[in-house]
Amino acid sequence: MKKQVQITVNGVSYRGEVEPRQMLVQFLRENLELTGTHVGCDTSSCGACTVVLNGRTVKACTVLTVQADLGEVMTVEGLASNGELHPIQEGFREQHGLQCGFCTPGMMMSAWQLLQDNKNPSEGEIRHALEGNFCRCTGYHNIVKSVQYAATKM
Amino acid sequence: MIPNDFDYQKASSIDEAVSLIAQGDEDTKLLAGGHSLLPVMKLRLSMPAKVVDVGQLQELNYIREEGGALAIGAVTTHQQLASSELVQQKAPALAQAAGVIGDPQVRNVGTIGGSLAHADPAADYPGAIFALDGEIVVQSSDGKRTISAKEFFVDLYTTALEANELIVEIRIPLNAANQNSCYLKFPSPASRFPIVGCAVALHKDGGNCQEVRVGFSGVGNAAFRDSAVENALNGQSVNDQAIANAAAQATDGVDVLEDANASEDYRRHLAKVFAKRALTQLA
Repeated sequence: MKKQVQITVNGVSYRGEVEPRQMLVQFLRENLELTGTHVGCDTSSCGACTVVLNGRTVKACTVLTVQADLGEVMTVEGLASNGELHPIQEGFREQHGLQCGFCTPGMMMSAWQLLQDNKNPSEGEIRHALEGNFCRCTGYHNIVKSVQYAATKM
Repeated sequence: MIPNDFDYQKASSIDEAVSLIAQGDEDTKLLAGGHSLLPVMKLRLSMPAKVVDVGQLQELNYIREEGGALAIGAVTTHQQLASSELVQQKAPALAQAAGVIGDPQVRNVGTIGGSLAHADPAADYPGAIFALDGEIVVQSSDGKRTISAKEFFVDLYTTALEANELIVEIRIPLNAANQNSCYLKFPSPASRFPIVGCAVALHKDGGNCQEVRVGFSGVGNAAFRDSAVENALNGQSVNDQAIANAAAQATDGVDVLEDANASEDYRRHLAKVFAKRALTQLA
């Protein structure tokens, strides 16, 4: 039986009826057409589906849409404001923090969480904070530099 | 991957949750963070007809000192436990175990009650619960009961929890040994589950071991307390030699897992190494 949900995504409130078995990442991508959040492994390992739910990062492939009912979600589409890139996005551009770009939205959301918790992270702290996000292109080096760049701008 | 269809009900209180599972139907599952349950539902290893969500219940989300114990609500997340100053101070082994589960996103959602109920043999918490002499409080429509770690963890993915019971609280006694405790693990490089996880609580008086408790995760079909190590150190003067002797007894008389991550011999070896490291750190 479908369930009514009301979820605020990037500041906009959405109402809808969803199947209880639907994962939050499908709600974002298929119902709301916010396709910046990616599905990688679909087993809560790779972190490509990372979004912020009620202030903390989560893997949206392993959260039911109904669990997020009455919650607030921020996706990668919510980082920029008024056409200005967020410092994390600017960092990934300036420091070549991506190659194919598939992992990038999830990486940026994990970087967002880190910089919320720790304004001035060390290189080691950045690497630990990104443990739940896999990149198969960059070797992580430029991703770490991108986060360091963002930390100095925030 | 999409789970099989199920009926979903969000409980608005502990009482409502307990009444929704009162039938004791094995086809009904409790959902907290979902980081153990949802993966097995996606693989259709578990296909519950009904899921009762208790993850949002604020009355199950707390960490406080109460009646000589640290009382932890069942849906407290790994992240909340790892970052709690109270837990870091009163039961550091538990904070350390919580802080090395999975990755940050998993720790933001996964809960201690959910992890304990799932009873993965390679979960981090159970070894720490053993070493800290913790108890698990469960509630059903018949009332509450308190279960010791030894009674709770029965076997692979098997606990003493009945189908009509909800874990409501984890209790960790406040004592000198628990304040001087730690958790060390050797993780699988891919999954970060412990191949060996070792928790130790140690109380010394005048250089002598007054009380020592050693718990292992990931080593056997279920977590356990290693009495061989404890007996070898209890009452002894705590020095490098005594620690080496005691650690060398680790897993004596215990059945040890063998899998793709590690042979039985390698696991026994790691258990001794990690017991020695943990004891040395606390000495």
